[in-house]
Amino acid sequence: MSEAYTAEEMMTVAAARMLRNGAVCFVGIGLPSTAANLARLTHAPDAVLVYESGPIGARPPVLPLSIGDGNLAETADTVVSTPEIFRYWLQGGRIDVGFLGAAQLDRFANINTTVVGPYHKPKVRLPGAGGAPEISSSAKEVLIIVKQSKRTFVEKLDFITSVGFMTGGNSREAAGLTGKGPVAVITDLCILRPDPVTRELMVTSIHPGVDRAAIVAGTGWNVQFAEDCAQTEAPGARELETLRDLKARTAAAHGVEGEAA
Amino acid sequence: MAEWTTLAEAIAAHVHDGDLVALEGFTHLIPFAAGHEIIRQRRRNLSLVRMTPDLIYDQMIGAGCASKLTFSWGGNPGVGSLHRFRDAVENGWPSPIALEERSHSDLANAYVAGASNLPFAVLRGYTGSDLPRVNDRIRTITCPFTGEILAATPAVRPDVTVIHAQKADWKGNVLLWGILGVQKEAALAAKRAIVTVEERVRSLDAPPNACILPAWVVSAVCEVPRGATPSYAHGYYERDNVFYRAWDQISRDRESFCSWLDRHVLQTGDFAEYLALQSGEKTPAVPQ
Repeated sequence: MSEAYTAEEMMTVAAARMLRNGAVCFVGIGLPSTAANLARLTHAPDAVLVYESGPIGARPPVLPLSIGDGNLAETADTVVSTPEIFRYWLQGGRIDVGFLGAAQLDRFANINTTVVGPYHKPKVRLPGAGGAPEISSSAKEVLIIVKQSKRTFVEKLDFITSVGFMTGGNSREAAGLTGKGPVAVITDLCILRPDPVTRELMVTSIHPGVDRAAIVAGTGWNVQFAEDCAQTEAPGARELETLRDLKARTAAAHGVEGEAA
Repeated sequence: MAEWTTLAEAIAAHVHDGDLVALEGFTHLIPFAAGHEIIRQRRRNLSLVRMTPDLIYDQMIGAGCASKLTFSWGGNPGVGSLHRFRDAVENGWPSPIALEERSHSDLANAYVAGASNLPFAVLRGYTGSDLPRVNDRIRTITCPFTGEILAATPAVRPDVTVIHAQKADWKGNVLLWGILGVQKEAALAAKRAIVTVEERVRSLDAPPNACILPAWVVSAVCEVPRGATPSYAHGYYERDNVFYRAWDQISRDRESFCSWLDRHVLQTGDFAEYLALQSGEKTPAVPQ
């Protein structure tokens, strides 16, 4: 097994490690789905993957290309309707971890997936909310996986689609949100976690070979580093092998290269 | 009571200019054949509702059928943007489109409210989100028992809902399975429901808890094999991911979209002809 790995592989592996075995995880499509399935195939065989299209306990043999692929239904413990998944399972408080992606986020891990520019005259019209506003508020905790750059990590969001820690401090609790909010943001450069008091995202772990300057350059605000900032453990042989197998199986099954989202 | 008709007859009878129309199906069982027929019959000024507009509404919006869209996630799943949707929003082409933007949880609840004969849905949602700022139909309500403040949003009650399903029996009872999305709720929330199916069978032979729409809640049922292509029908055919990717190029500029629409939809007589044309362009004939 070669030691070499890509920044995206590091990101996916680091995100997968965050999912504990047995956790019930509401999975977004794309990077979150890749990371959650990698976790299931490595250290977390009993993780329960829930998709908003209705499958509960899905064990897809290859990565789904879209949120409602047939292999999710075929391998699930049960498939419920979309109203039921949101009403009984998410709002009902059954989800331990919401696993989300983002187009843009700010220092308090609020997420924008709606528009860049003014809402009524957007520069870029993004897909919109999907399930994220309620996942981010009702899951017991939230993980966010996103590639880091000044375009994605911005000083101020044009639009808040889904909340993280709102304006920081205890504003999230004061708004009456039940879930704990984002506990980690995993990027291709590092892992950020909220400061326990201000709730501003701080770099707590830097991926091997990444220097601080790259993280500063990839962040639209004056990003802080934790005093005890660690180095992320490089992907292990089994993690890499499992991830690459999964991607290869997916490519073979779909005749395309893995997930595009 | 469900009437077996052709799809063209069902659309002519039940989908009118200006209607509030929902074509539902969450990745699975998306009623593309019906969407094409609505385009072919040149319906205008429709208010479209759908959680995930997908390629089907991209085509209908690009064809000029819609003046309003209510939705919660508008993308080409796993590929990128819906270019015709974006062109309508960003440039008003072929005509301006009003947006009513909500979340998945909200729209799912709003269909349940519609099916339940309630005026609004109530949910824990939108706290801290900017969506209520741009959609004044997302409001709040105070629980009369606990004092909690919850989101309240209008029920979705389409004039007509169109869905695709696997089977219907000769009476018009409909069976669907796999990923069900909001199809049952959308059908029951609507004044009229059109269902296209893969096949007409003598008997459904379904277990007691199967998802069935009895014939008496369906207005018209139409046999349209492969009618959900390029999405999929569980147990019948897989999603045509190649077409979903190809759509990105086809729809990217107005000219290529218009020539695709002309050739594949406006100049074909029905969905079977569309499928034959489409399959002739890549693989051998589609089994019927």
